[in-house]
Amino acid sequence: MKRAGFTTISLPVLLLLPQLVIIAVFFYWPTVVAIHSSFYLQDPFGFGSTFVGLENYADLLSSREYRKIAWFTVVFSGLVTFFSLAIALVLAVKADKVLRGAKTYRTLLMWVYAVAPPVAGFIAVIMFNQSWGPLTEFFGLFGHRFMVGVNFNDTAFSMVLASVWKQVPVNFIFFLSGLQSIPRSVREAALIDNRSASGRFWDVTFPLLAPTGFFLLIINITYSLFDTFGIVDTVVKGEPGNNPMTLVYKVYVDGFRGNDLGGSSAQSVILMVLVLALTIFQFRLIERRIHYT
Amino acid sequence: MRKPKLSTLIDHAVLIAGSLFMMLPLLMVLQMTTIPDTEIIRTGPSLTIGDQFDDNFTKAMFEASGFSGENTGLSMLKNSMILGMGFAVGKIVIGMMAAYAIVYFRLRFATLAFWLIFTTLLLPLEVRILPSYEVVQWLGMLNTYQGLIIPLIASATATFFFRQFFRSVPEELVEAARIDGAGPVKFFIDILVPLSQTMIAAMFIIMFVYGWNQYLWPTMITTDEDMYTLVRGIKQIVQVLEGAVVPEFGRSNVLALVAVIPPVLVVVFFQSWFVKGLTESDK
Repeated sequence: MKRAGFTTISLPVLLLLPQLVIIAVFFYWPTVVAIHSSFYLQDPFGFGSTFVGLENYADLLSSREYRKIAWFTVVFSGLVTFFSLAIALVLAVKADKVLRGAKTYRTLLMWVYAVAPPVAGFIAVIMFNQSWGPLTEFFGLFGHRFMVGVNFNDTAFSMVLASVWKQVPVNFIFFLSGLQSIPRSVREAALIDNRSASGRFWDVTFPLLAPTGFFLLIINITYSLFDTFGIVDTVVKGEPGNNPMTLVYKVYVDGFRGNDLGGSSAQSVILMVLVLALTIFQFRLIERRIHYT
Repeated sequence: MRKPKLSTLIDHAVLIAGSLFMMLPLLMVLQMTTIPDTEIIRTGPSLTIGDQFDDNFTKAMFEASGFSGENTGLSMLKNSMILGMGFAVGKIVIGMMAAYAIVYFRLRFATLAFWLIFTTLLLPLEVRILPSYEVVQWLGMLNTYQGLIIPLIASATATFFFRQFFRSVPEELVEAARIDGAGPVKFFIDILVPLSQTMIAAMFIIMFVYGWNQYLWPTMITTDEDMYTLVRGIKQIVQVLEGAVVPEFGRSNVLALVAVIPPVLVVVFFQSWFVKGLTESDK
């Protein structure tokens, strides 16, 4: 709040009202409903519901299928996060170094930011087309018959690839802006002290980029948990079957297709707790980040 | 001319490889829009550019697909535009108003409002999709633009972005404005909004792209085909490819291209604003 702020009361309330009404109706209410219905067992035909306490949660945690999906989500998020961060870091370091064509490279490397996840999924489906997909043919050279939608690992691979492709630009932009904010004097001092480029990178640049990296880590985990929904949905073509899926996709499948409202809500609440933990972690890191720079 | 150093060559090689990784999928989609479906079924994408773009484009944009005969590419493009614009404008207007109230007024209730808004950052729409759907259904907003846009606005990213910016505006400005007799409304419209132009532009680009690319929410609440957005239509397209005797690859690739081009152009042309908005908003 500004010291010299205005003292009217009705105007600020009026200004805040639209935002508050929208979040009350479309944020707080649904959240409360989700938590509430996670304790109930809904009749599939909509005739009332019975209070079952923590049974929905117990069912989930003891379900082999749910544990399998949770495990897949962890592996998937780990792979997507690692590869999109690593590729983006390498590209950002190089893009920061070159003089010629720096702008062109930057544009070529960041435009994919604007591509919607399901479109990335669509492109993956085409590239891995059973009979003539360019990537299917590429893997065929090594004697592997790639079968997206049939083979679990192949499908998972295409999802990871599409998700990484879609996420590299965001990381690239943040890493590059992090690199460019390293003061000239620091770079020059490093140049005098350490002759080898890789030594300079690991001793000076990398630690200075660490805060950006931590921050991106959270962003990427959140991305692989939630924003990849569109990729998963297009790659499995809405027919999960035995195909890999993420926890968020499972919430959707159970709630919308399976009409298992209680189970789906309990899954939502589990995810809420997960996101909450991640966000708190993130805010603590951002506090640290301010000390760094 | 000096001979280029080996390390410089390696730098360029890495960057070119990265650029190709990013570009090749798009080039493949582009190529597939120029050849007839029959050729794609036989050989798939190739390196030659065909002459069927006009045909494929006309089919995708003006001929209806689906059951109702209403979702042409053109109608989906219109819906995507409405969603992207409506979302961006709505978010900026509501966010600026709330941020102004929080930063510039002495109001005890403001702290509570701040925390209420702040909490929305913690839970993304994806974890409360089902109850959100029910609320929208209960309000009778399924298959409407309001139902499509308003629930998506219920998060506070823009509010925070503007709050951050308003706090960095020098205190003296308000003092001077008050001495000159400007009221809160005049100060907001005549001083603060013009001062925020760059911020508004940056936010607009990010929010437009974000709104345009929404998938899960439109998938759930639009069931009428004439309400589909391009991104929402993609799933339909993939499913159609599976079932058909002669899958319409030409049509689907044109639609994918149309779904990608507007947000990409916005990001490429307004690059510096976009990068600024992105790196500042997440701080």
